[in-house]
Amino acid sequence: MSIRDNAWQMAAALSKNEISAVELANQHYEQIAAVDKDVHAFLYLDKEGALSQAKEVDIKRAAGEKLSPLAGVPLALKDVMTQKDVPTTCGSKILENWRPPYDSTVVTKLKDAGVIILGKTNMDEFAMGSSTENSAYGPTHNPWDLTRIPGGSGGGSSASLAAFEAPLAIGTDTGGSIRQPAAVTGTVGVKPTYGGVSRYGLVAFSSSLDQAGPCARTVLDAALLHQVIAGFDPKDSTSINQAVPDVVAAAKKLDIKGMKIGVVKQLSGDGYQKGVENKFNEAIAELVKLGAEIIEVSCPNFEYALAAYYLIAPSECSSNLARFDSIRFGLRVGDDGVKSAEEVMNLTRQAGFGREVKRRIILGTYALSSGYYDAYYGSAQKVRTLIKQDFDNAFTKCDVLVSPTAPTTAFKIGEKSNDPLAMYLNDIATIPVNMAGIGGMSLPCGLADEDNLPVGFQIMSPAMKDDRMYLVGGALEAALLSKWGKPILDFAPKLAGSK
Amino acid sequence: MTLNYDSALAIYEPTLGLEVHVELNTKSKMFCGCATEFGAQPNTQTCPVCLGLPGSLPVVNKRAIESSILIGLALNCSIAPFSRFARKNYFYPDMPKNFQTSQYDEPICVNGFLDVDVETDEGNKTFRVEIERVHMEEDTGKSLHVGGATGRIHGADHSLLDYNRAGIPLVEIVTKIVPNTGKYAPLVARAYVATLRDILRSLKVSDVKMEQGSLRCDVNLSLSKIGSGKLGTRSETKNVNSLRSVERAVAGEIIRHANRLESGEKIVQETRHFLEESGETRPGRSKEQAEDYRYFPEPDLVPVVPDAKWIEELRTLLPEKPADRRKRLQTAWAVPDKEMNAMVNAELLDTVEQTVLLGADPTKARSWWLGEISRIANDKAVSPTDLMSVNDVAQIIELISKGELTDKLARQVVEGVIAKEGSPSEVIAKRGLKVVSDDSQLMKAIEEAIAAAPETAEKVRGGNIPAAGALIGAVMKLTGGQADAAKVRELLLKHLGQ
Repeated sequence: MSIRDNAWQMAAALSKNEISAVELANQHYEQIAAVDKDVHAFLYLDKEGALSQAKEVDIKRAAGEKLSPLAGVPLALKDVMTQKDVPTTCGSKILENWRPPYDSTVVTKLKDAGVIILGKTNMDEFAMGSSTENSAYGPTHNPWDLTRIPGGSGGGSSASLAAFEAPLAIGTDTGGSIRQPAAVTGTVGVKPTYGGVSRYGLVAFSSSLDQAGPCARTVLDAALLHQVIAGFDPKDSTSINQAVPDVVAAAKKLDIKGMKIGVVKQLSGDGYQKGVENKFNEAIAELVKLGAEIIEVSCPNFEYALAAYYLIAPSECSSNLARFDSIRFGLRVGDDGVKSAEEVMNLTRQAGFGREVKRRIILGTYALSSGYYDAYYGSAQKVRTLIKQDFDNAFTKCDVLVSPTAPTTAFKIGEKSNDPLAMYLNDIATIPVNMAGIGGMSLPCGLADEDNLPVGFQIMSPAMKDDRMYLVGGALEAALLSKWGKPILDFAPKLAGSK
Repeated sequence: MTLNYDSALAIYEPTLGLEVHVELNTKSKMFCGCATEFGAQPNTQTCPVCLGLPGSLPVVNKRAIESSILIGLALNCSIAPFSRFARKNYFYPDMPKNFQTSQYDEPICVNGFLDVDVETDEGNKTFRVEIERVHMEEDTGKSLHVGGATGRIHGADHSLLDYNRAGIPLVEIVTKIVPNTGKYAPLVARAYVATLRDILRSLKVSDVKMEQGSLRCDVNLSLSKIGSGKLGTRSETKNVNSLRSVERAVAGEIIRHANRLESGEKIVQETRHFLEESGETRPGRSKEQAEDYRYFPEPDLVPVVPDAKWIEELRTLLPEKPADRRKRLQTAWAVPDKEMNAMVNAELLDTVEQTVLLGADPTKARSWWLGEISRIANDKAVSPTDLMSVNDVAQIIELISKGELTDKLARQVVEGVIAKEGSPSEVIAKRGLKVVSDDSQLMKAIEEAIAAAPETAEKVRGGNIPAAGALIGAVMKLTGGQADAAKVRELLLKHLGQ
């Protein structure tokens, strides 16, 4: 048993009593203590809570109680999900020290399944960003190269996996915040179908786009976690009241003979790094070897996805973030008994929000203003419909669609922080999936020749057909593993102090 | 020159518009499971959802949708097959999310009407008030501004916030403009709110207590010069909290507008507050720098798509319309308009009907409730139904009709019941109020009366029947008022050979 094992291997060791949940959690805390000063994946460690949770699992196991498959396996939780009495900051100063009085549905499900929540991971403030540089608590570093970004907004979650600080993590994905970090850290990340996982307790950035999902080092691990957190929740009106597809069986199947896989023409070419395209094409060749049929498809409206996204997401965020007003929770600035409530609200929001958050609030407030609504928000919604139609058309011809996850490998910290547009382009290939509410997965498909950094391969499946991406992902992963001879993370340089 | 109400209306035609907010009486809030009980300890009926805590999400209360559809159906509206909630964005400390979840351009009910009866110089006249929309929204919390002179946020020392009310379901009922009401505008406005309140009460969807704020009315009013055909600028008077205030606010605004217009001033489009004491309004915030609420569809909720079958089921649940019921009762009881209006205005129609259903004569039931009992209730500043039950009143009326009580005795029984001496029969027993119906006992009293006034008796014997009145009076006195006067008269005349 090693912390480099996969979650399913840890689960097996636990069930055979080769290791206790407490021991396993402690091993991970040791690794965190050794490497997180360099990686900075975590914002908060709930060691006490996690160990008592682990102890409970061990007691139940000793008593012969039937446990869920992942019982006792540790997990890192993105700091955007509420966990009762545990600080939830969303990477923002405005929520510093806020301890929610309730568990998000995802956390309830994790606790019920006996999954051990080690702590909360770093993220771009309110999930706005693609590098985790927008965290008010400092950036997270990519374990492949500490001078580089781990992706964003869920850079803390993906880095914790790549640094072997946790075998599983929860991310949230509004425009690529699970998939792009997975791509640049050589890990697996899945954005389920919108409505597949409850958003109750996910602090909203953009309600119609946000979706929580599993992050792991293998497709099967992601599937096991997916199975735990997915399903209808009456507390979330947008949650889908349908059976969760059997993603675990799909991840194990490894047979994609005769499947039709569409390569989206618009998600390649200009702006895509040469090494990224090469690795993507090599993966396509593997799929052909596995017996899949490759079809080129055109999604002409994807061209407008990024522009429309940057109207819809800021519009919703401008309204969602209005509640951070110092009145009922969180930061309060300037309350000297003289200033008015309005002045205190202003000072608090001025001090509590970072630049990118303010930029998007201003953008969204403007886009929703009377006289501009139709031209901006209204048009963006129309584009959204067109993107859905593009997907619908494509899915009449193929079972899944594929593309590179991100146009480039991990860039240097600070390289794009003063150029928001360059930063936004990172999500060009992931955003269409959110706009259409369908499922998307990123898994590693190799290291780019130019920089030896991981490249992500994106698989997109129709709504509530999430099993399809696990099927294709599982088969591709197995083929690549046998080609490489070892897991991709074994190619990464060893972190100082790491086990 | 100052215009009074009549001179203002000689020059100007008023146009009304009414917005009524109704708190639904659902057990739980609009978007969460919290209780809605009125008057609970502050901030005890709250949860992450109605406090707008980060991560919380709304779920629509199905009962609130049902109530809204019932209201729409009762107001002759079309029920939208697809409607949505939107977010109305503005900052205010008592609004947890800093946006109000409210229906906006896609309301649940549209295009209805309500006919209201108003007493005019030519008798009762029906005015049709057209309904533009009925939509659902959530209430805000309550702010209490402490210190400062005005009770408003400006100048207050500090403010207390109670979020118990935050998220209580509200239905807003908006009329189209109501033209051509002339001098009856205040009465039409009042009758509209009163009729609406009756309908909502009959639907059992709200407590409709104006004094508790479960029914609140905003009055929009504008004037146009008679014959100009051009609508004037309107003012919106907020939170007019009684029927009488609705009437006064309309009349007051007509006079204020007319005088401003006559002196060449413009009407400012603004929100005004009604002042209960003076019947005047004072300006609130001006709408010239209209707030931009940045409405957009609420992404956390799915559209409301009521099943057509469900709507038809709800239609069958609609109770008889209060106006129809009134007409039916008026015909059945053969009551003139004036007395019917009196019963309705006194809010005793239900009570009288229940009394009649227990077998009482309608005229008697009405006269007891609106007469003696109302008089006493007035003196005590309580409601008549707080004093007597319909059972008690029906029983008393029955005893009168059987001849066991006279009206005079019955008044003593009422007095006894109100004094909590017991049920009518207990009061009768305790006070010994039974009518003397024993003929021999009456005859004894008659003979005594004749003996005391033989000359009067002679006159009666001689055919002067009206002279018998004095003798009957004497008999009543002798029996302590417990005799039935008609019976006494019959026996007396017979005894004197008439």
